Amino acid sequence: MTDILITLLLIIGAVFGLIGSFGLWKLRQPMQRLHAPTKASTVGVGAVLLASAVHKGTQGQPSWEELLVLIFLFITAPVSALFLAKVHLHKDHAPQDLPQPEGSEWATYKNPDEPR
Amino acid sequence: MKRILPHPVLSATLLIVWLLLVNDLGLGNILLGLILALTIPLLTRPYWPDSPPIARPFLLIPYILLVTWDIILANIAVAKIILFMAPDRIQSRFITVPLDLKTPEAIALLSATITLTPGTVTADISTDGRALLIHSLHAPDPDAIRDDIKNRYESRLIRIFG
Repeated sequence: MTDILITLLLIIGAVFGLIGSFGLWKLRQPMQRLHAPTKASTVGVGAVLLASAVHKGTQGQPSWEELLVLIFLFITAPVSALFLAKVHLHKDHAPQDLPQPEGSEWATYKNPDEPR
Repeated sequence: MKRILPHPVLSATLLIVWLLLVNDLGLGNILLGLILALTIPLLTRPYWPDSPPIARPFLLIPYILLVTWDIILANIAVAKIILFMAPDRIQSRFITVPLDLKTPEAIALLSATITLTPGTVTADISTDGRALLIHSLHAPDPDAIRDDIKNRYESRLIRIFG
């Protein structure tokens, strides 16, 4: 019974990892491509980790390390995505192409040496 | 008390994370975890000038469950877009989300939530810290996405951070 559950979770993880990679190939703009790996790194990794936790649980050695992997991944993934997005903003977009914030400007185009 | 334990929540988190990392509840590991939980906040104190102002920390639990559920739903939605939609029909665009949140910790948590939910990525913040620039993979109705972020996540974070 748990074998079926573990297999199912591994298949879900693999399918979402595959869709994420396929999206990386299919999508055209660099900013669109940023969306594909977020799938592999959330549900994809999450399902595989859950499978590992269930497997260890049935072996009589319950483990919380999988939860930690997920937490660290969820803390770090948005940071790397933000930095990739900023690189794309500088390489492929100009400030005037973007919707502007009210009474302000986007921080990444601001020269840090200028006074506010 | 304040001098020995400048950040009690950080200390508790460090102890729990340490025990989860070693995956063992022996006395030695609890002692080592306690030493780490007491010394690391003292050593990193200069980088944490203010304690994070979390008014209702217990509300974080339903928030995490909600975000987890949304991540699963959004994953399926984005999978459909990637698999079945012609590339030239995907309407990607940048959206401005004005912020009502004030503290850096809350804004960081909101932008991480936006990025982790597939289909939207936080790209930038305005210089005055009162708007986020997000990129949406498929946004036929950008206003709906903006309202969704404000009503679903930001309103809850305002309650959590108070």
